[in-house]
Amino acid sequence: MEKNIIFCGVGGQGVILASKVLMETALRAGYDVKESEVHGMAQRGGSVECCVRFGTKIYSPLIAKGKADYVVSLELLESLRKIEFLSDEGTMIVNDFKIDPVPVQQGVLEYPQDIKDYLNANVNNLLIAETESVLKEIGSQKALNIVMLGILSNYLEFSEKEWLESVKVCVKEKFVEMNIKAFLAGRSLKK
Amino acid sequence: MKKVLLGNEAIARGAYEAGCRVAAGYPGTPSTEILEAMAHSYPEVKSQWSCNEKVAFEVAAGAAIAGARSMTTMKHVGLNVAADPMFTFSYTGVTSGFVIINADDPGAWSSQNEQDNRHYARAAKLPMLEPSDPHEAYSFTKLAFDLSEQFDRPVIVRTTTRISHSQGVVDIGERKESELREFPINPQKYVMIPAHARPRHKFVEEQLEKMREYSYTSGINRIEKGKTKRGIITAGISYEYVKETCPDDNILKIGMMWPLPDKMIKEFASMNDELFVVEELDPFIEDYIKALGIKVIGKEIIPLCGELNSDIVDSALNGKKHSNSINPYAGTIPNRPPSLCKGCPHALVFNAIKKLNLIVNGDIGCYTLGVLPPYNAMHSQGCMGASVSMHLGFEKAWGNALARKSVAVIGDSTFIHSGITGLIDIVYNGGTGTVIILDNRTTGMTGHQENPSTGKTLLGDPSPELNFEALCLACGVKRVVTVDPIEKENLERVLAEETAAEEPSVIIVKRKCILKK
Repeated sequence: MEKNIIFCGVGGQGVILASKVLMETALRAGYDVKESEVHGMAQRGGSVECCVRFGTKIYSPLIAKGKADYVVSLELLESLRKIEFLSDEGTMIVNDFKIDPVPVQQGVLEYPQDIKDYLNANVNNLLIAETESVLKEIGSQKALNIVMLGILSNYLEFSEKEWLESVKVCVKEKFVEMNIKAFLAGRSLKK
Repeated sequence: MKKVLLGNEAIARGAYEAGCRVAAGYPGTPSTEILEAMAHSYPEVKSQWSCNEKVAFEVAAGAAIAGARSMTTMKHVGLNVAADPMFTFSYTGVTSGFVIINADDPGAWSSQNEQDNRHYARAAKLPMLEPSDPHEAYSFTKLAFDLSEQFDRPVIVRTTTRISHSQGVVDIGERKESELREFPINPQKYVMIPAHARPRHKFVEEQLEKMREYSYTSGINRIEKGKTKRGIITAGISYEYVKETCPDDNILKIGMMWPLPDKMIKEFASMNDELFVVEELDPFIEDYIKALGIKVIGKEIIPLCGELNSDIVDSALNGKKHSNSINPYAGTIPNRPPSLCKGCPHALVFNAIKKLNLIVNGDIGCYTLGVLPPYNAMHSQGCMGASVSMHLGFEKAWGNALARKSVAVIGDSTFIHSGITGLIDIVYNGGTGTVIILDNRTTGMTGHQENPSTGKTLLGDPSPELNFEALCLACGVKRVVTVDPIEKENLERVLAEETAAEEPSVIIVKRKCILKK
């Protein structure tokens, strides 16, 4: 058994924390786990990704093209960069939210307007998540990463209790309550 | 106990358990989190950020020679800075264990080059261990302390970005306190005058041979038998890609990158009909094998530049191409280059520089992003501190007139690291250029580390704040001005005035990093 998950987004959106909670959950369930992340210059407003793999025995911390079971994109445009990693049976979960890259802010390039049309037409298992109202309710944009993890949790084998245990372990104490709320809100967004 | 740890956290854990007493380093991606983890989780270890890698290396080497198990951490280009002490402390050896953690960055994710520091092990005649995953990062670091004492050698542990910045399951243990050994009065070992260095050189060569023997029997290198007659020699992260894509082949996994195991390589070659080397960056193992007279295929099919991954290895060794059947997006996907944060004080400086149309000698830090649009305000940059000394070089090449339309730009931590010597050189050698110190009260790019100008140590203890104004004055610069960049007009006026002055000047632009609380 082996599951491959890519979290992607823009520097500062918190993809590392989301993958940390997933890894902790998989470890507690007795799986081998590997993950790869990006730090330093690439993080400064650039595209970021975390690859998480868990299973009986995992070697590479990176996911090969066409092998991702899930791609969870915290931003619309970023989903396009990872499409080649999704397996044919794989599921893509995309946050319906745009962050303009610098070349778009400068008017050099245009932000593609047809991303959702393209995804709907080409990705068999697709969930475009409307998280704005949920985040408003939680009262923090920063909880987006855990909301998206909550959505993903519906597709994986672990119980709600197991997930929440990991949230408690991985998140700073003063943010635990907010993140539990975020996780449950994400989890209740329909599969 | 099993825990998920980042490779760098695993290294800190290994050092902690080995009884490491002193740890010194300089921040640099992908090495930074090692000392951060040490400071955060293991107060038993005296951890510190030093001014630069050479200083950090010498602090740790000093502690090890004085009798305490010690470690130094740095990124690949940092070891260039520390190369001077490394080559000679290779001769002295140690009193207690001394481990050098070196983090390479294939793919140059956050670096100015992709240098392969395995060459340093060979050049400095030091043993080098290379882990393949976070658990080995932990266990090899721990082992390195024992080997260092057993063979009287500093030991290098080399990681790469995909080891340092990947997380995995680590089976951790307990700390075993190490003894503080008495410092032996032994100038023949610890004072490297030529008469002492010559016999030590022989010792170094002998120890390397002993370590080669050790590597045959210790299990640090291992042969994994498969079902085919194809042999693959590999190490580090590349081992994981090979295991992923060639599960049936024979593998010689190299854990000790230097000295390489001649006998094992020959034995492994004789087991196989064809032999491959899979390694990132330079053909380090490959050239060695070829020099043994063994036929092997390596860089003919494995790229010399950039990182590897299982796609590349599967394609090179098995001719397999991975893909899915999803139609690719037909339009243009705008790229998302890293950029200065919204509200970054550096941006204000680059805007002012751009207005005056100055030539900019730049340096290493967040502000290097001034090279990108919309600023396009950096024209040279190479390594830590180079902005200041290159600025003098530009002036020497073209005369004082060039100094009137150019500036050097350097951050606070980078200036302390190695900008200060360049400034002394400007004053000493008749330069008239302007140096801008971007003092954002932190070491920004690597994630907000303290430095001598922030008034705090790695452990959060208060320390005297380095006074840039007094320091520059003491170097002999008479024109030293401090400005707040949000006063835009003032900044532009000062910039025009100081570049116009026919004598060296320093502008200290002081404003806290926007991300810093």
